[in-house]
Amino acid sequence: MLSLVILLPLAAAALILALPRAERAARLAFVLVTAVEVALTAVLWAGYRDPGAGGLAYEEQLRWIPNVGSSYHVGVDGLSLPLIVLTAVIFLACAIYDWNATDRPRPRAALFLFLEATSVGLFAAQDLILFFLFFDLSIVGMYFVIAGWGHGDRARSALKFFLYTFLGSLALLLGFIGLYLGAEPHTFDIPELLRADALRNNPAGVWVLGAIVVGLAVKTPTVPFHTWLPPAHTDAPATGSAVLAGVLLKMGTYGFVRIAMPLLPDAWRAWAPVLITVGVVSVLYGALVALAQSDLKRMIAYTSVNHMGYIVLALGAAGAAGESATAARETAMTGAVTQMVSHGLITGALFLLAGVLHSRAGTYSMGAFGGLAAPAPRFAAFFAVGAFASLGLPGFSGFIAEFQIFAGSIGTVPLTAIALPGILLTAALFLRALQRVFTGSTKGKSTGFQDLLPAEAWSVGGLLVLSVLIGLFPVPLLDVIAPASAALVGVAGG
Amino acid sequence: MSALLLWLIVLPAVAGTVLATAGRRADRAAPAVAVVVAVLALALAGLTAAAAAAAAGPALQAPFMAGSAFGVEADALSAVLLPAVAGVTLLVLLFASAAGTTNPARFHGLMLIFTAAVLITLTATTLPTLLFAWEIMGAASYALIGFHWSEEHRMSSGLTAFLTTRTADLGLYIAAGAALAGAAQTGSGAAGSGAAGSGTAGSGAAAGTGSLALAGLAGLPEPWRDIAAAGLLAAGLGKAAQLPFSFWLSRAMDGPSAVSALLHSAAMVAMGGYLLLRVEPLLAATGWAAAAAAWAGAATAVVLGVVAVAQTDLKQLLAASTAAQLGYVVMAAGVGNVAGGAAHLMAHAATKSGLFLAAGAWLAALGTKKLAGLRGAGRRWPVLGAAFTVGALSLAGIAPLSLWATKDNVLTAALEHSVPLYVAGLAGAVLAAAYAAKAVALVWKPVLPETFSLYDAEEPGSRRITSGQTVPVLILAAGAAVAGLLVFGPGGNALRDTLGRRAPGDGVESGPLELAVSAALALAVVVLVWRFTARLPVLGAATGWLGMEAAAHAVVVRPVLAAAQHLARFDDAVLDRGVERAAVLALRAAGGAAAADAVLDRGVEASATATSRAAGSSAVVDTRIDDGVETLALAVRRAGSAAPRPQTGQVHHYYVQAALVLVAAAVLLILVR
Repeated sequence: MLSLVILLPLAAAALILALPRAERAARLAFVLVTAVEVALTAVLWAGYRDPGAGGLAYEEQLRWIPNVGSSYHVGVDGLSLPLIVLTAVIFLACAIYDWNATDRPRPRAALFLFLEATSVGLFAAQDLILFFLFFDLSIVGMYFVIAGWGHGDRARSALKFFLYTFLGSLALLLGFIGLYLGAEPHTFDIPELLRADALRNNPAGVWVLGAIVVGLAVKTPTVPFHTWLPPAHTDAPATGSAVLAGVLLKMGTYGFVRIAMPLLPDAWRAWAPVLITVGVVSVLYGALVALAQSDLKRMIAYTSVNHMGYIVLALGAAGAAGESATAARETAMTGAVTQMVSHGLITGALFLLAGVLHSRAGTYSMGAFGGLAAPAPRFAAFFAVGAFASLGLPGFSGFIAEFQIFAGSIGTVPLTAIALPGILLTAALFLRALQRVFTGSTKGKSTGFQDLLPAEAWSVGGLLVLSVLIGLFPVPLLDVIAPASAALVGVAGG
Repeated sequence: MSALLLWLIVLPAVAGTVLATAGRRADRAAPAVAVVVAVLALALAGLTAAAAAAAAGPALQAPFMAGSAFGVEADALSAVLLPAVAGVTLLVLLFASAAGTTNPARFHGLMLIFTAAVLITLTATTLPTLLFAWEIMGAASYALIGFHWSEEHRMSSGLTAFLTTRTADLGLYIAAGAALAGAAQTGSGAAGSGAAGSGTAGSGAAAGTGSLALAGLAGLPEPWRDIAAAGLLAAGLGKAAQLPFSFWLSRAMDGPSAVSALLHSAAMVAMGGYLLLRVEPLLAATGWAAAAAAWAGAATAVVLGVVAVAQTDLKQLLAASTAAQLGYVVMAAGVGNVAGGAAHLMAHAATKSGLFLAAGAWLAALGTKKLAGLRGAGRRWPVLGAAFTVGALSLAGIAPLSLWATKDNVLTAALEHSVPLYVAGLAGAVLAAAYAAKAVALVWKPVLPETFSLYDAEEPGSRRITSGQTVPVLILAAGAAVAGLLVFGPGGNALRDTLGRRAPGDGVESGPLELAVSAALALAVVVLVWRFTARLPVLGAATGWLGMEAAAHAVVVRPVLAAAQHLARFDDAVLDRGVERAAVLALRAAGGAAAADAVLDRGVEASATATSRAAGSSAVVDTRIDDGVETLALAVRRAGSAAPRPQTGQVHHYYVQAALVLVAAAVLLILVR
């Protein structure tokens, strides 16, 4: 079942590529396959029962490279299942959004389906080599999306993205090899490594975790490894940005909770002050730099640095040394995983909306617009909703995530409260952007601006509605996440 | 019973969301829908209050977030306030339907969403529930202040109001963190940790109210109790527009008058005072927080009283007066007089929303809210003028109107705490009499010839006021007249008994001497102001709200924006450039390596040539050996000519090679071990 979710888009991609001149069929196949993926992940969700600490649901294992202790091992738990569903939802939204796209739809659909397979595969992977494989394939796929379908200085941005994140993945690989060597018998299997509890009380663990943290921090990205993100987003196509922000960034933070924290808990404790600092700096720095942007898409890209900072902050606090405050740690951890889902939905929607600006007016510059709400009221309403969702207004998923992150983090490490102005800064920057682009008298490129097309409205609307549902009824999601968070805190908590 | 409470909240929330998202299609039906929903909400609020009086209050609780539940309960305090807030809401919405607005669906939708948020705020039992509703109130306020979005200054005003109150709201996040930390320390009430202790199957999301219940905050251990109190105090002061946050309320006056009447007097701003009344035990438990609240309230009553006296715009005067009057509610929370504070809150809600609606009716009719332009407005519309006067005299503290009674009740409790506090409160009362008299006097003075030139300064006036606008103001004026019964006689006793005399200050009743002193003071000031209206001193700084907003800009906004610009430049010029420079260095190093490689290559070729020469010259050597050497030479030559091939000069090629070498080395390492 789980392998089907991974392999179906891969097979569809191959089929689409094998059929030449099937341009119109390609976009239909893209929508259908991503819709089936959503249905399949919904079935996974419906049938999911918490497997208990360290357990996995829908587990599958096949021999692959036995001489190095690596196998095709996939399975899900409360940390990965929400992200798999998120992946399916984001790709469906992208397929709908691209319904009217005319630029080489066949290879585009194939490439996105390939990316979907690698993303689902990564979140399901229970083997470090498998994880690494999907990690790097996703980088390759995204490189082609930006270089092939982007705009502006796309070749340079794509290359920068590729080199930077690929370099990060090498650090990650180094760390994985360290884990492999540290375990007896040598293995790349994550559950086995968890049971082996290798490198406990071993000073090498700190170095191994260092390599892993650097590799994941590049992908997440956190300050100071974030400079590949703004150009990549600015020059990527709208759906590429949505996938990059909504899914690919989560691979970094997911790596923290799947690999770094549980496999190297005491090294994590040693690193916690650094991680908390990086988290706080990312929150404040990302928000401040975003505040200074005049390019809407670049601004949203920097808010991703801010939002990912909350996650790193919470994970640092949840695994920090200190007297036991289990409830607070679990709250922070649950908030961090919720934030991964929430950021995917909301920032995905915002990037799709930013793409509308470019498709109509050829620019993201906020100064080029004004009073856009008059010619495009629906666009304005959707952007306003997305902006309030992203600034953490209650009623949206962002509040559920950020409240838990802050309550839990402050409850564990009170100093993390210095990151609180981050939610104020995001409010300021989003409302300023809203004001500059959409209100006032209609001027500049706003004149004659065409409002949202049905495909755009449905894709963005779907993501925002999901964010509202999580914001109002978070319990079904939290009931999946919380037990896994508790298990992780049980392993890694101070 | 709890179904009542559920419907009370869900009905306006759903109706408001439907109206706000339906767009222009719902425009025709929107005013009627809003009024019907408000009537039903008032009925449900009344039933809820009755149910709460008869037995334990209706309550609802549902799992919400990790470590805390979504909880609402109509306890004594909220049961008293629910019908009052619902009643004011209904009257304001009636006025708004009669006055008319552009985009009625959006307007009434937002007002109903706001109403739902207020009802949740009033009944919230846990911190996340409170914060949930609290921030939605703020966002609704933003959207309603900037309702006419094509005028950019209104959007800026909404932004200022939202960001200022949200700054204070950060205190609620801190309080939540403190509550979690404190609960973990005592090990009691931390439902989340209990679930975790029993193993991983415990679902944190389904944990009970436990650690984040508002009622439990007073029992937190030190220092968490102090931190929680500080956070809640900041949030309450911010929302109630107390010092130093008051300036946002001035900007909020850019919203429609009905919005000012509901959000910026009766409901949202009042919720700041309500929150402090709600957590009065926490403030009292710390000691310092109660004193800080009392003095913050007193300071606001005085300073914003001065600001109100200095205003030349009716809505600005009423706004400053709102902050000053809520100062007494905050003071009541500080001195432990919850019943008096609640009474003052309700009396002020009726008084001030009526005044705002009257100001709104005149603004729509005459196109101005400047006091000079409103000269004689009372003579032109005497019924509205009379209702306005009742409200203003209540505001002035004229006996036997409501604010005279409720304010004195608060001040009596203050006197038991400290004389300076009482004196400050009395000074605020004198100022209240002055600004209220100033407004009343101008409204009734005869029209001057130059008054007409001030009409239509802000919007084209209709010169008409309908009975649909006047009647709600009349009802609110009646409320403003009789709400003093909330502290006197059987009504006062009932309220004090309902609130259960939770704190020592709750039982106080003002003595005849205090009542007489304040009534005489108020009357004297009103008469003086009436007599010398034309000669009131001009208070320059106070007219501009003492430059509070400019100060906030200078101290906070501008430095933050400058820091943002500097960091953005740093990001581009240092971080990003640094990475690129490292890449260039790597490229150069690759170039160097390529040169070294070429030297090596030449050496290999030379040695191959030498070898082959040597092989050729030794004819006596076995041909098989010769063949072997030649093969080797050929291989070396091939290797030599192949060696430069990877040097494409393209950095990603080098990079991939480096990656492959690293992977190969890693595999080697694995196999060797």
